[in-house]
Amino acid sequence: MAEAQNIPVGSTTAGQIAVAAESTVATRMSAPPSFDVADFPVPHGREEEWRFTPLERLRGLHDGTAVVTGDGVSVEIEAPEGVTVETVGRDDARLGTAGTPVDRVAAQAYSAFEKAGVITVPKETVLTEPIRIAVRGQGGTSYGHQVIELGAFAEAVVVIDHTGDAVLAANVDYVLGDGAKLTVVSVQDWDDKAVHVAQHNALIGRDATFKSVVVTFGGDLVRLHPRVAYAGTGGEAELFGLYFTDAGQHQEHRLLVDHNVPHCKSNVVYKGALQGESAHAVWIGDVLIEAKAEGTDTYEMNRNLVLTDGARVDSVPNLEIETGEIVGAGHASATGRFDDEQLFYLMARGIPADEARRLVVRGFFAELVQQIGVADLQERLLVRIDEELEASV
Amino acid sequence: MATLEIHDLHVTVEADNATKEILKGVDLTVKQGETHAIMGPNGSGKSTLAYSLAGHPKYTITGGTVTLDGEDVLEMSVDERARAGLFLAMQYPVEIPGVSVSNFLRTSATAVRGEAPKLRTWVKEVREAMERLNMDPAFAERNVNEGFSGGEKKRHEILQLELLKPKIAILDETDSGLDVDALRVVSEGVNRVREGGEVGTLLITHYTRILRYIKPDFVHVFSAGRIVESGGAELADKLENEGYEAYTKGGVSA
Repeated sequence: MAEAQNIPVGSTTAGQIAVAAESTVATRMSAPPSFDVADFPVPHGREEEWRFTPLERLRGLHDGTAVVTGDGVSVEIEAPEGVTVETVGRDDARLGTAGTPVDRVAAQAYSAFEKAGVITVPKETVLTEPIRIAVRGQGGTSYGHQVIELGAFAEAVVVIDHTGDAVLAANVDYVLGDGAKLTVVSVQDWDDKAVHVAQHNALIGRDATFKSVVVTFGGDLVRLHPRVAYAGTGGEAELFGLYFTDAGQHQEHRLLVDHNVPHCKSNVVYKGALQGESAHAVWIGDVLIEAKAEGTDTYEMNRNLVLTDGARVDSVPNLEIETGEIVGAGHASATGRFDDEQLFYLMARGIPADEARRLVVRGFFAELVQQIGVADLQERLLVRIDEELEASV
Repeated sequence: MATLEIHDLHVTVEADNATKEILKGVDLTVKQGETHAIMGPNGSGKSTLAYSLAGHPKYTITGGTVTLDGEDVLEMSVDERARAGLFLAMQYPVEIPGVSVSNFLRTSATAVRGEAPKLRTWVKEVREAMERLNMDPAFAERNVNEGFSGGEKKRHEILQLELLKPKIAILDETDSGLDVDALRVVSEGVNRVREGGEVGTLLITHYTRILRYIKPDFVHVFSAGRIVESGGAELADKLENEGYEAYTKGGVSA
């Protein structure tokens, strides 16, 4: 594993950026994947997968003390005709088929949920309207499990919207049949006190296309773990992320793309803006190209824009390549600062300070927002970005 | 007629936990249509004057006045100064990630003109201004100053000068780091703006080379934080031949 190095950006003293180069993805976890929480020791914080996370703010999700309360979250699902929406018990065979919990909190969620949601889009069904899942925090603690399954050649857009206040740990499975196309937008627009930890598992069928858009604005602590694996050749994954980390917030996105099948593609682009004292964003981008995954084409990128002093970014791209017979593999990570000199330059051209900041942040996110492909959501995100900026001054 | 009046300007800067006075009583009046060259050795305070006029937060005004058409410039924020008609072409313009040149220029023009320029005429205006500065149209889609060469940065500064049409233009070492071709293109841009007769120009330079392209009406020698001699264009010839030695030796080395 390469040593993390600090790269100074700009001339002021704020913000810390750690960028580590290649490390070994598969061997870094402190325990192998398991559905049983008992298989994971309680983390102490120095483990590779926990070293950036403030455990004391997890509200007991990591050590078994977070007990389910009746008023956790409410879930409302709006689905177009042709879609099956079910609530099922723990023994349903469709649960847990896309991936296995890789850390203690995900295993805790899997061990503790009572009912799971299963949404099925039958084969060859092409939806013209999105499926909307509204997860509203009611102030309590909850464990969840959601499965979204697309039959062969089905096409769907799913928007999962998290609001309110809650302590929530969950696993979400996306199962894509052959040739299916699924876009999932997960918006974390929580109130300030919410804690949200989730593992997203996507299993991409032969020639299927998966697009994940993760948008994180709110919460005291949000830690998401989007993971992708392939069930057949020709699969494509696009993982986009956008976060706006404010004073005191911890927002952590840990990605893994496992190229376990030949001739698949993946493209990861995450962008974040940070502002305020102790705003902390963590991005871990793991890409594993297994020996058998010839013809893989992958790229991952993380960009951060630090708007004020006192914010911290940890950005760690990891690329582990076990075969040379690939089309392409690359990664990039960069953190820049919007500093006083930039502000001065824009203001010296007549642009007021708040507009200058807005200009820079909108420009930074614009390209990514355009990739979402859900018009009303794109507009809402731009409005939310502006609100975040206004709240800062 | 637009007039910038600087009277007895004193400016300090914080460095190494100490307050250091850089400008020690600058007096200068720049009128619309005039071109003043300020020349002086490194460390004499020329750039401090430029940045103090633009309102850079690093500098503290400890005495004196600056007015533009009677309005107190020192009371204005940086953006207010720009909208009032002051323009500073910077020696080291910073990169602005995520902001394209075209978006930046339009936002800036909208702020300075008080209304958004009509899109059709604006596109033409920018394209023609870029052509005059030998700038590739693709330049407009790049992020501000990101990966620009030294010459591209200076052309971009002069492009803004042409589009924003200030009352007073301060050019801080615009000639530094330019080869002869780039210097000629940039100087021609400045001259086009000057020929309009509506701008007062304060040309700050270490070298006399740029004065072959941009003819000043007045030349001021800057040393140890103040103007120590003023004259016409012939003063530049004297500096060309004799250097700054006469002004620095025995002078207070700040």
